[in-house]
Amino acid sequence: MACIPIDALTSFRGKLLFSVKSQNMPNDKVKMKAYWRKNLQTLFLLLLVWFVVSFGFGILFVDQLNSVQIGGYKLGFWFAQQGSIFSFVILIFVYVVRMNRLDREFDVDEE
Amino acid sequence: MEILTWTYILIGISFALYIGIAIWTRAGSTQEFYIAGGGVSPLANGMATAADWMSAASFISMAGIISFAGYDGSVYLMGWTGGYVLLALLLAPYLRKFGKFTVPDFVGDRYYSNTAKVVAVICALFISFTYVAGQMRGVGIVFSRYLEVPIEWGVVIGMCIVFFYAVLGGMKGITYTQVAQYCVLIFAYMVPAIFISMQLTGNPIPQLGLGGSVADGTHLLDKLDGVLTELGFAAYTSGRKSMTDMFMITLALMVGTAGLPHVIVRFFTVPRVKDARLSAGYALVFIAILYTTAPAIAAFGIYNTIEGTSEKNISELPSWISTWQKTNLIAVNDKNGDGKVQYVADPAANELTIDRDIMVLASPEIAQLPNWVVGLVAAGAMAAALSTAAGLLLVISTSVSRDLFKTFRPTISEKKELRIARISAAGAVLLAGYFGVNPPGFVAQVVAFAFGLAAASFFPVIIMGIFSSRINKEGAISGMITGLLFTISYIIYFKFISPDANSAENWWFGVSPEGIGSLGMMLNFIVCVLVSKFTPAPPQAVQDMVQEIRIPRGAGKAQDH
Repeated sequence: MACIPIDALTSFRGKLLFSVKSQNMPNDKVKMKAYWRKNLQTLFLLLLVWFVVSFGFGILFVDQLNSVQIGGYKLGFWFAQQGSIFSFVILIFVYVVRMNRLDREFDVDEE
Repeated sequence: MEILTWTYILIGISFALYIGIAIWTRAGSTQEFYIAGGGVSPLANGMATAADWMSAASFISMAGIISFAGYDGSVYLMGWTGGYVLLALLLAPYLRKFGKFTVPDFVGDRYYSNTAKVVAVICALFISFTYVAGQMRGVGIVFSRYLEVPIEWGVVIGMCIVFFYAVLGGMKGITYTQVAQYCVLIFAYMVPAIFISMQLTGNPIPQLGLGGSVADGTHLLDKLDGVLTELGFAAYTSGRKSMTDMFMITLALMVGTAGLPHVIVRFFTVPRVKDARLSAGYALVFIAILYTTAPAIAAFGIYNTIEGTSEKNISELPSWISTWQKTNLIAVNDKNGDGKVQYVADPAANELTIDRDIMVLASPEIAQLPNWVVGLVAAGAMAAALSTAAGLLLVISTSVSRDLFKTFRPTISEKKELRIARISAAGAVLLAGYFGVNPPGFVAQVVAFAFGLAAASFFPVIIMGIFSSRINKEGAISGMITGLLFTISYIIYFKFISPDANSAENWWFGVSPEGIGSLGMMLNFIVCVLVSKFTPAPPQAVQDMVQEIRIPRGAGKAQDH
């Protein structure tokens, strides 16, 4: 995979299919590169949690977690049938809030 | 009033509502027909997505599957919700920024190739047809069970309704009827669940009731584990599937969900990129309400069934069991002639056969709720089947009119395109109805197909199309074809050619046909990257486009060529 770089924004010109006003300044490029990097960091963190709550707690470590009992639930079973789903919902809303903030910070938000 | 009267009244009212909405929101342009004019609010779109997504299978069968699979049923719960995280984070905002109408649109433009587009159209059609046949069948079954009409008539009535609002209203009509359908189906699902939870555990919230205690003070799940092991079954909270298989099936369902064209297209209907993100969040909230309730209904259902029947006199069984015996969904056969019911794991001694669908369908009677609740559940099941069928039919008609017809005849007028879209929607309804009446024997098996194929074909090329500008058309086409062929052959081999060999010792790496889409997806990724590495980079214009879809500003309205 390393041979295909997840690349940064090299050009900010709406040429082909989009009617975006272009501001082709060099510091724009740097800024967009930083925006994309921050976006990828957010994605990485959130997807890590996504993986841990479902595949981790619900499947790979379910037996270990099942030795913990919370109320009438074994913890691993709870993550597999309830907890993972609640976590997914929270993850998306955290993403929404973080991205909206990031968009404003880099001035790429929509009017 | 009789159950049948209530069912007619409630289904009648809900149908009148859907038709009324369809007339009110009739589509006038191709843009309205394909993506509802791009003006749907994120909340409404979230609700519509939830209704679109939750099919007759989710509504009627899922809880029952979990009843009998216990912990193993978690693959569906996690798989069919976790995909929305991928959708929200990796696909929806970027595809909305791209701003056209369909998934093949994106594949065709991003990979600057009509070949890639046609491969994508074929995948989309195949996935949608497999899925829609099952929905029409679901409509027929609900009709025949609740309204006591033959399945064929049920399918025909369902076809007329779907025909009316999908063909007339297009995406715009479908969206607003789906909002109504979501309200009907979630209400119908929750009412019996809340009452059963209250009766069994004293807690009105089913999600908490599942972790609560039954009358004698023991925890419901512990009690269930004990009862089931005593009868020779596996414990409810422990798994029978291998860990590898659990992992792979969950992954295939998640990735497949994120790659389903009728789900993705819903995110083209909102006005802005930030709405696409938010809308995915709302959709998952609405889905999660049902999906976290289902495991509770599952455990309550199997518990009630065992408590009500095991070692009980046949003459003293609860009344819902005798009611549902008429429909053959539950059957008692006193093999040893002792006048009691033995429900045990050993098939030779077992005297009780239960269809999984009964866990939801009989839930109002198990909870001894009034007759109108039974009618409500029927209307809810109809809403679930119709909303999914309509969404799929739209994908089919769009694929034909726009992705096939317009690609090769770009000069076609908008009016004519709209007519072709309507005609192909009508054709798709008829074909789906035909399969509903004469279900091919493989309907149950092909569900694995739809998800496996979506996972192995669309997901990798869309992701790579957004997150790498170096992937070219050669990579995408060969990746899609490899993933597709691999997944299809594996499923066909184990499901149709030699079903006898379909057991863990013959599977590759212990992965069942249900989970093979995960391997297909990985193959697709690998081939895609390798082939792209040895072939020329995409043209500059395409690379610029990739940069463009990564920033939200300037999404504007979806546009035509």
